[in-house]
Amino acid sequence: MDEQKITGSFTVKKGLAQMLKGGVIMDVVTPEHAKIAEAAGACSVMALERVPADIRADGGVARMSDPGLIGQIMEAVSIPVMAKCRIGHFVEAQVLEAIGVDYIDESEVLTPADEEHHIYKHDFKVPFVCGCRNLGEALRRIGEGAAMIRTKGEAGTGDVVEAVRHARTVFGEIRRLQNLPDEELMAFAKSIGAPFELVKETKELGRLPVVNFAAGGIATPADAALMMQLGMDGVFVGSGIFKSGDPARRAAAIVKAVTHFRDAGIIAEVSRDLGEPMVGRQISTMSKEERIAGRGW
Amino acid sequence: MTIGVLALQGDFEEHIHKLSCINVPAVEVRLPADLAGLAGLIIPGGETTTFRNLAESFGMIEPLREFGKRRALWGTCAGAIVLARDIGREQSVLGLMDISVERNAFGRQLDSFEVDLEIPALSPAQPPAFHAVFIRAPAIVRAGEGVEVLARLPDGTIVAARQKNFLATCFHPELTADDRIHRLFLEMVKASG
Repeated sequence: MDEQKITGSFTVKKGLAQMLKGGVIMDVVTPEHAKIAEAAGACSVMALERVPADIRADGGVARMSDPGLIGQIMEAVSIPVMAKCRIGHFVEAQVLEAIGVDYIDESEVLTPADEEHHIYKHDFKVPFVCGCRNLGEALRRIGEGAAMIRTKGEAGTGDVVEAVRHARTVFGEIRRLQNLPDEELMAFAKSIGAPFELVKETKELGRLPVVNFAAGGIATPADAALMMQLGMDGVFVGSGIFKSGDPARRAAAIVKAVTHFRDAGIIAEVSRDLGEPMVGRQISTMSKEERIAGRGW
Repeated sequence: MTIGVLALQGDFEEHIHKLSCINVPAVEVRLPADLAGLAGLIIPGGETTTFRNLAESFGMIEPLREFGKRRALWGTCAGAIVLARDIGREQSVLGLMDISVERNAFGRQLDSFEVDLEIPALSPAQPPAFHAVFIRAPAIVRAGEGVEVLARLPDGTIVAARQKNFLATCFHPELTADDRIHRLFLEMVKASG
C-alpha cells in the first residue's frame, strides 16, 4: 500500500501547521522544560540549546542545537517538536530532517549562514516555518517552500512592539491588495518583491496562503491575546516562559489566553499572581546591530 | 440547525468554512454555555493534550459527555482520540465511543500522508474514492460491539468508524474539497434530533 501513499506533499506540510492553530508553541531547552510545556497545554515545542534572550546575552555564533538534545526532547513529549537551523544553512536542515523533527524554523535568531539566499524548502519532506516583517517577505518565503509563516518580532526582548508592527504591516498590505483591480496586481507584486501567483492567491483568499503565527517578544497572556485579536493564527513564546519567575503557571496562562483571546474576563483571571515576567529589553533603546529581525530579506 | 465546532485549539476554522460552503451555520464552542441549542458538535484536529487541559480547566468535560448522550458528535484526528474509550496508557478524555485508538500510529510528521480511501457508506452506491489527508494521525486499533467500520487502509487499519451518534475519522475531511463526510455527519445529526 505504500506506493499509494503520498508523503511530504505541500498539503501535509501545511496541514500540520493548520493543526497547531489557536495554540502556543514554546521554546524549551531541556526534556524537563518540554514536559512542563506539554502539561501546560503547548501544542508544540521548539527544541533549542539556548532561548533567544541567552543567545543575545552570550553573543558569538548561534548554530543549530545538538541533535542529541533535540532527540531527547522528541522522546520526552508526544506533541510535535520543532528545531531551528540558520538562514541558508541547508545542511543543518538536512540534519534536522534526518533526525525526524516535525518542523524546521529557518530562523534569524541564529547567526545567518547565507546573507543572500534562504533554503530552497521545496526540496525537503519536512515542513518549514519562516519569519517575516511584511507581505513581500512572507510570500518570498512561501515561494521557496515555507509551509508556515511567523512574524519576526524582536526575539529575546520581551518587547511585543516589533511583532505588532510586523503583524499590522502584513494585514495592512493584504487589505490594500484586496482593493486592487487585477490589472494592478503585477505592479503590486513587483513593488513588494513577491511571486505574482502568490500575490493573486493572497488576494483571492484575503489572507496568507499558509498559517501565520505571531513571534518575537511575547511575554504575557495579554501580549498573546493582543496578537490573536490582531488576527494571527497562534503564538510562539520564546524566552517569555522559561525566563519568567513561574514558567509552568505562565505557560498555562498564555495557553488559556490564546484560546479565550476575546474574553477579557478570562485573560484577567489567568493573569493574576503570575509572578515575575521575563526581564524585558526595550527595543527602541537598542542599536541597529543588536536587532536580529533585519537578518534575512 | 446549527453545528458547533470545539474551538479550544486546532483547525476549527477549516470545519466552519467547510460547513458554510454547504450552507450550514456553524459556531465556535469554547465554554459550556456555547453548547446550548446546538444540533451536533465537531471536535477538530489539533493536539489532544491541549484539548484535555483546556476542557478540564474550563469545566467542559461533563457538559460534552452530557451533550453526547443526546446529540451527534464527530471527532477528526485528535477529535477521534478525544471521543475514544481507550487511548492507551493515558486516561481517556470523553470516553464516549467504544474504540481503542493508538496516537501517532503512523509515526512523526515525515510519515504524514495522503491516500485514496474506499468508503462504501458514502452515497451514491459504489462512490468514488475519498482523498484523505493524515497528519501525525492516530489509528483505530479496536472497534467494540456495535461499532460500524467505515474505512480501512489497504493494510486493514481502521481509519473511520461510527457508533450510534458518534463518528470518528483519523484523517481530515476539512482539509480537502470533498464534502461527503461532512454531509454524512449532517445525516447523523438529523437522525439524532
